[in-house]
Amino acid sequence: MSIVLENVCYTYSPGTAYEIHALKNINLEIRDGQFIGLIGHTGSGKSTLVQHLNGLVKATSGRICFNGEDIYAQNYDMRRLRGKVGLVFQYPEHQLFEVDVLSDVCFGPKNQGLSQEEAKKRAREALRMVGISEEYEKQSPFELSGGQKRRVAIAGVLAMEPEVLILDEPTAGLDPRGRDEILDQISLLHKERGITVILVSHSMEDVAKYVERIIVMNQGEVMYDDVPREVFRHYKELERVGLAAPQVTYIMHTLKEKGFDVDEDATTIEEAKETILEAFRKKGSKT
Amino acid sequence: MEERKEMITADKLAYNYIKYDEEGREKEKIRAVDGVSFEVEKGDFVAILGHNGSGKSTLAKHINALLTPSEGTLWVNGMDTSDENNLWDVRQSAGMVFQNPDNQIIGTIVEEDVGFGPENMGVPTKEIWERVEESLKAVNMLKYRHHSPNKLSGGQKQRVAIAGVVAMHPKCIVLDEPTAMLDPNGRKEVIRAVRALNQVEDITVILITHYMEEVIYANKVLVMDDGKVVMQGTPREIFSQVETLKSYRLDVPQATLLAWELKKAGLDLPDGILTREELVEALCRLY
Ligand SMILES: Nc1ncnc2c1ncn2[C@@H]1O[C@H](COP(=O)(O)OP(=O)(O)OP(=O)(O)O)[C@@H](O)[C@H]1O
Ligand SMILES: Nc1ncnc2c1ncn2[C@@H]1O[C@H](COP(=O)(O)OP(=O)(O)OP(=O)(O)O)[C@@H](O)[C@H]1O
Ligand SMILES: [Mg+2]
Ligand SMILES: [Mg+2]
Repeated sequence: MSIVLENVCYTYSPGTAYEIHALKNINLEIRDGQFIGLIGHTGSGKSTLVQHLNGLVKATSGRICFNGEDIYAQNYDMRRLRGKVGLVFQYPEHQLFEVDVLSDVCFGPKNQGLSQEEAKKRAREALRMVGISEEYEKQSPFELSGGQKRRVAIAGVLAMEPEVLILDEPTAGLDPRGRDEILDQISLLHKERGITVILVSHSMEDVAKYVERIIVMNQGEVMYDDVPREVFRHYKELERVGLAAPQVTYIMHTLKEKGFDVDEDATTIEEAKETILEAFRKKGSKT
Repeated sequence: MEERKEMITADKLAYNYIKYDEEGREKEKIRAVDGVSFEVEKGDFVAILGHNGSGKSTLAKHINALLTPSEGTLWVNGMDTSDENNLWDVRQSAGMVFQNPDNQIIGTIVEEDVGFGPENMGVPTKEIWERVEESLKAVNMLKYRHHSPNKLSGGQKQRVAIAGVVAMHPKCIVLDEPTAMLDPNGRKEVIRAVRALNQVEDITVILITHYMEEVIYANKVLVMDDGKVVMQGTPREIFSQVETLKSYRLDVPQATLLAWELKKAGLDLPDGILTREELVEALCRLY
């Protein structure tokens, strides 16, 4: 069970003066149950790539298989694919359209054929997961603050209980606690239900903390595809393509240069703390 | 006449979003800003923090008179924003960059979009082009000047929106989460551009953000919670109070967080570490 991309290319406005080759020959395998981070400079093709995965955008050339079936085959059921691969858009406004918050979150599950009652139950559960309390159920989604809109948009996709959950910049605009709560929640869903998660993010810190594999995009191509420690070891190359390593990685590199006996590849606060304390312990036991 | 020192003065400012039922009776009242008083001096770089829905954007929209206070008063450059006669001058003084660039880009070509503001203000054609060029350069988007803004990625659009405001040469710029959609490099560039506008052009800056690292360049920080301003101080004063900030759903910069964790684990580090360099220095003294 997986999503496989073979030689996928995508061109916007082909044949015009504004032709843009957004994806160039992408080959990837997204295995079941992985938690993947997708990073890359603005305009590197991340949103274009993830919109291919639920069939929203059709490759100019190349092939995409979901669980072994070619999604561009003639009788392929795209609607079912969209129920299985849930995508939270980068701009929540592109996703919100119903009269009130509850109806908005009910839209997906109802579309999947669930009863009104069942859809409401799913919706309420999803809203609870993203920290939107009942008092907002009857509010228009357009009269919410930026962060509240984003939470509702995420709930709308969670309520469909997808097998593959794709989040395009889900934490942009969330307050720090909200960011942690939502990513913790998604991490829990990943562990408990074994769903595949693809997190598109500009926060190297979030990516380092949560994912097991990082795909780095650069100018429409895959530049790296590896575990976080390995990817962030290339921090100088990442900087050249608009990215960076997590803040703590820089601190660790400088400490190492200054003679500290630390693991310079630490990428999270937790790892950094451990290795710094360990360095002090080792030093203490020597002197 | 002595020139005034304050750019913005808020006195017990409150704002209610009011909803009406079918008969036009008041049904519900949301008190988004709840009696805030503060002062911003000319040349200040003020950062505003606060949880989702705490009232930051509502407050920001008062500064260029998109909203006027339900109670209390707001003066911008000495002008009462509630006085309709001041509307044009207030908007001239305070430029605004919103959370979502989609809603503020109007031109069909990038350079047209950026030139739109100055053109509306009656700036001579030759100067418009100079301003367009310098603003696009400031956000590193000059090479996209002939592109269509609709076809840019999220991060690229945001930089065009900022250039559009910069081109109007306002006395004060209010940026509502301008870097939420940018890659690490783009964030750095925008913050660098904003700091240069503040330091070189002496433009007063008000920056709303959920990125704590961006706050360390401000000379003053306001923290909002449920419509009220609950903390005011320099970044160092504010970020020394890690636990209080967490109780307001906020965070501290990564270097501060790591220092705080290390201190809890027994290392004798000072409070108020803000940058990576400060942390490394403090650790070197202990090692
Ligand atoms: N609707 C569109 N029409 C034409 N070109 C587009 C369109 N959307 C995106 N592009 C272009 O395709 C390229 C890839 O854009 P995409 O939105 O996939 O990037 P991204 O990695 O998601 O960027 P960001 O981090 O800013 O969200 C960019 O050069 C962009 O300008
Ligand atoms: N147009 C509106 N109509 C009714 N209520 C609104 C409207 N816009 C915002 N609100 C409410 O006012 C409160 C403050 O919203 P505001 O957008 O000012 O918050 P914010 O601090 O900018 O949040 P965020 O960090 O999510 O952007 C919230 O409870 C929100 O739901
Ligand atoms: Mg994108
Ligand atoms: Mg806001």
